[in-house]
Amino acid sequence: MDFTLTEEQRMFADTARTLLADTCASADLRRLEASGEARDPARWAAIVETGLASVLLPESAGGIALQELDFALIAEAAGYYALPEPLVESAGVAAPMLAAVAPDRVLAHPQATFAVQHPVNPFVADADTAAALLLHHEGDVHLVDPDATTLTREPSLDPFRRLFRVDWTPTSETRIASDPGLWDLTLERGALFAAAQGLGLAQRAVDLAVAYAKERTQFGQPIGAYQAVKHHLASAQVRIEFARPVLHAAAAQLADRDAYSRARVSHAKLAALEAADVACRTAVQVHGAMGYSWEVDVHYFLKRALALTFAWGEPAFHRRRVGARVFGRPAGPDQTFARECAHA
Amino acid sequence: MDLRYTPEQDAFRAEARAWLQANAPREPLEHFDASRKGFEQHRAWERTLKSGDWGMVTWPREYGGRGLDLIQWLIFEEEYYRAGAPGRVNQNGIFLLGPTLIEFGTHEQKARFLPPMAAGDEIWAQAWSEPQAGSDLAGVRSTAVRDGDEYVLNGHKIWSSRAVFADWAFGLFRAPGSERHKGLSLILFPLDAPGVTVNPIRKMNGHVGFAEIFLENVRAPAFNRLGEEGAGWRICMATAGFERGLMLRSPARYQVAAARLAALYQARRDAADPALEAEVVRAWMNAEAYALSIYATASRLMAGGSIGPEASTNKIFWSELDIHLHQTALAILGPRAELRPEAPDAGEVGEWLDDYVFSLAGPIYAGSNEIQRNIIAERMLGLPR
Repeated sequence: MDFTLTEEQRMFADTARTLLADTCASADLRRLEASGEARDPARWAAIVETGLASVLLPESAGGIALQELDFALIAEAAGYYALPEPLVESAGVAAPMLAAVAPDRVLAHPQATFAVQHPVNPFVADADTAAALLLHHEGDVHLVDPDATTLTREPSLDPFRRLFRVDWTPTSETRIASDPGLWDLTLERGALFAAAQGLGLAQRAVDLAVAYAKERTQFGQPIGAYQAVKHHLASAQVRIEFARPVLHAAAAQLADRDAYSRARVSHAKLAALEAADVACRTAVQVHGAMGYSWEVDVHYFLKRALALTFAWGEPAFHRRRVGARVFGRPAGPDQTFARECAHA
Repeated sequence: MDLRYTPEQDAFRAEARAWLQANAPREPLEHFDASRKGFEQHRAWERTLKSGDWGMVTWPREYGGRGLDLIQWLIFEEEYYRAGAPGRVNQNGIFLLGPTLIEFGTHEQKARFLPPMAAGDEIWAQAWSEPQAGSDLAGVRSTAVRDGDEYVLNGHKIWSSRAVFADWAFGLFRAPGSERHKGLSLILFPLDAPGVTVNPIRKMNGHVGFAEIFLENVRAPAFNRLGEEGAGWRICMATAGFERGLMLRSPARYQVAAARLAALYQARRDAADPALEAEVVRAWMNAEAYALSIYATASRLMAGGSIGPEASTNKIFWSELDIHLHQTALAILGPRAELRPEAPDAGEVGEWLDDYVFSLAGPIYAGSNEIQRNIIAERMLGLPR
């Protein structure tokens, strides 16, 4: 029993944070937003070059075959910087799914992103820039060129989120797999990494509000010296502190693929995105009228948190999954790390 | 990260389970705060625990412990709550003063105080708060004046848990004329010493769970001072950090309650408001989150880390989850929720009510949640004082 991160895991997370601090600052987000482009090619190239996009891929697809926990820490950093590019949805979810079926398709295009249409999500994120789409039809996986589909943009509240309705016609040529386990694993990863981003978003919102509360003075002192402001921020930080270990455990246990690991992923998604919701709304409140403006960055984080709250299974869906574990499996203090198939 | 128990840890769990099954009282004891009889029953249980070498498993063997690590402590606590074993009447000693003695005490002090603590021969009360010094603990006025090899203690302590029946207390005393955080010393004194008067205070639940203590020229040997003279504040804060960060509330306590809550809801699902299911699930998740967080803290400490201001997040989290969990239980019980355990139709209802009332104290004791939020804001987030 060891609930600590390894040096290597910390190092990868540091690399991601450093790279995004340098390339995904407020000015970078605003430049991309003004340009109307889908992504910043230089930033994406740097992400790929650093190896962040190949963490979860098998070696046959050009990856380094690390685990969900390693990538979760990277996804947390992506949330912290509200990264516009689909690092998480592609390198964390769609590309590993494709690599499980056709690794050479991933190997051939190291810079490419992929997008997946999972039945829990009505729309496909970043479908227009994807090299290929993994589409769901009667339980099967179809691999489709975006040019062979009709993409209709569904504008999101989050200005960096690119959602599309995909209209397409399945054929026997497009079908590449019929393993329902692929869809299950993809859902676990999608939900887990949404949770990881939520945790990053939450911490960023608190950090932005803390920085502002130290600077902004009213009644002759920084507003952060008032207990009313302190206590709001402390409450948000408490949410974060008790979402983090759930997220890390969910990531470490995801490979178990049983009722226990599914409940933990769902718990992580609920806890992290509730933390993000509380933290982002607190940050708006602490910023006062500035918090409601487009000029202050808080809204980017609030909007991303809202989108991720309902993506990859809405809260009721995840509560049901936790409920299935609470009411359908042994509960109690000796069951914290229980697994369906207990082997050493 | 490896979230599997080793075969040795599994074997340890089995050993603890078997011993508790064979030795834990079959019938619930009277509460240790309810009467001298209840208190002494719990003392007897502490002695039984010690006879099985379960007094305080993390302490070194030479001081009455078992020399085990924090993961083993968590496993023992899980089995302890799972077995429904009695509350630890010596909690102030084993979980609060004990770790402080281990960190700050001399070998002679450890050898004198820890073994009888682990054995239940000396049950401890804490004497920190005073009528004018609650959240603002640095405002304590009780004094300790050095006289040769002794201190002469004077003052008025209050809200001292267990003090009505306990044998010893540890308190904060200041050098006369000193101010605020300076000049404070942590001194241990027997509650039957000449000059000590203990007046019980009745709690909301009817028990005499705490007391006020009057000290009039009470003599305590200088040996009983823990740490340097004047270092009392720093030592108390370390004690409080350890208390909030790890040992005061075992996650197992809430996991057992959450499992009981889930069973309660399932048994009454047909009659209960369906909206309560989401609250039951939330209560369960909260208990799990707290457990995972404590496993993370224990692992970090075992890897050489320390407990910092984040300990204050623990205290807020468990105290709030405890209230939510019990409120959910009362909502499931509906109109029977108000029944006292002795009511003819109470069934198991009364237990939930007792635990609910006790949960209301959580946001207050061990440093009010408002103080915890200040600590988080100032020391974790760096906001100005």
